[in-house]
Amino acid sequence: MNPTDLIYLDNAATSWPKPPEVAQAMLHSMQQVGANPGRSGHRLSIEAARIVYEAREAVAALFHAPDPLRVVFTANVTQALNLALHGWLRPGDHVVTSGMEHNAVMRPLRALEANGVQVSVVPCSAQGLLDPADVQAALRPNTALVVLNHASNVCGTLLPVGEVGQIARRRGIPFVVDAAQTGGAFPLDMQALGIDMLAFTGHKSMLGPMGTGGLVLGPGVDVERLAPQWQGGTGSRSESEKQPIALPDKYESGTSNAVGIAGLGAAVRWVMAQGVDTIRAHEVALCQQMLDGLLAISGVQVYGPHDAARQTATVSFNIIGMTPSDVGLRLDDEYGVLCRVGLHCAPAAHRTLGTFPGGVVRFGLGVFNTSEQVAAAVAAVSALAREVRP
Amino acid sequence: MSAAYAVLLVDSTSHAIRIEKALVRAGIACRLIPVPRQLSSDCGVCVRVRQEDSAAAQELAAAAGVKIAGFRLLS
Ligand SMILES: Cc1ncc(COP(=O)(O)O)c(C=O)c1O
Repeated sequence: MNPTDLIYLDNAATSWPKPPEVAQAMLHSMQQVGANPGRSGHRLSIEAARIVYEAREAVAALFHAPDPLRVVFTANVTQALNLALHGWLRPGDHVVTSGMEHNAVMRPLRALEANGVQVSVVPCSAQGLLDPADVQAALRPNTALVVLNHASNVCGTLLPVGEVGQIARRRGIPFVVDAAQTGGAFPLDMQALGIDMLAFTGHKSMLGPMGTGGLVLGPGVDVERLAPQWQGGTGSRSESEKQPIALPDKYESGTSNAVGIAGLGAAVRWVMAQGVDTIRAHEVALCQQMLDGLLAISGVQVYGPHDAARQTATVSFNIIGMTPSDVGLRLDDEYGVLCRVGLHCAPAAHRTLGTFPGGVVRFGLGVFNTSEQVAAAVAAVSALAREVRP
Repeated sequence: MSAAYAVLLVDSTSHAIRIEKALVRAGIACRLIPVPRQLSSDCGVCVRVRQEDSAAAQELAAAAGVKIAGFRLLS
């Protein structure tokens, strides 16, 4: 099967295809620029640094962050979350999170817990919904951070970041959001939502390449407290053996992924040229079509809120009587429908949904999917379900 | 006759790029160059402008929210 004939429904893991501008920008970076961004004073090094800086500007604009110098690039959202959590929390601190988190949040928190940080996990409903009042109730005098997934990577449920942001702000507690599933696909205004540290990954709905991501620091974040997690060369202040304090250098030691960041910049500019609202509207329509289609099949159980307006375009389900891994393999082999099955690096979320340890089949829709593809995927699931129906 | 230059020293290459953008927008000629060894032991880049533009350049850098780590005339 030609790759372009496949129905790629694994955008929640990594989006594909990408806008052509992304690969063009990466090729330009490789073939025409090449040099180490900002490490040297020659024209190619400076041009590389300019491209990286313009990607910071694009990311800042996408998330309504006032200062591109507070956009810290990392290899992915996992590193960004590790920086935020390990950089901020100290033994004796208390941190609040939800029952819908990815292991990119839970594993750092469990490691911190072993070192004396107190962790509260606020439970969510079986659709993955979080009541902000429960977050409020979980706060303690020593709560130093609230960290929340913006949308579940398992079933798409949107968490109430705006309400939780207000609660955190009223108490003066910094608020970290894992925007892995929403960056580029859902309007995100850090300031309006009260987000202090926004962690993003480039390769999902931001439509950039793998190996890009970052942490956007709001103006209120005390960068003296936020400790860098790696030290080393930055191309600046080389006379000193102490880590620089200027941003973004403080958190960006080591040569950056200039080729990937060039692609990320192009991707974010593409997203903004389309308009996040336009992308969101397309994905809502596809998601509702998928939900309606799957819900109409008897013997199929669909997870999450069953309402495109309350979730990202990620739909998870099971065919009763068939394991998710069998469904995934047969969708791939017989229908060219590519998806992700299993636990999706999020055991906590699956416990909340009642799908642990069996897992689910996940269709992650993206901006380049079409209504015809959704119809074909629904028909494929329907055919498989018919086989096992008693 | 060669022009007389001044340089703005900065703490980060990203700061230099931000100043460059502000100066270009304001129509002030500038160039990012390696920090001259006699000025600072920092081996990064700095922003070179013509001496007659140096006051305006410093103002624009401040307006762009960049802290200038130093200002030197080039002889
Ligand atoms: C909610 C969420 N957080 C974190 C991650 C980790 O992303 P990455 O592998 O890009 O660091 C993902 C995706 O896998 C995710 O969906």
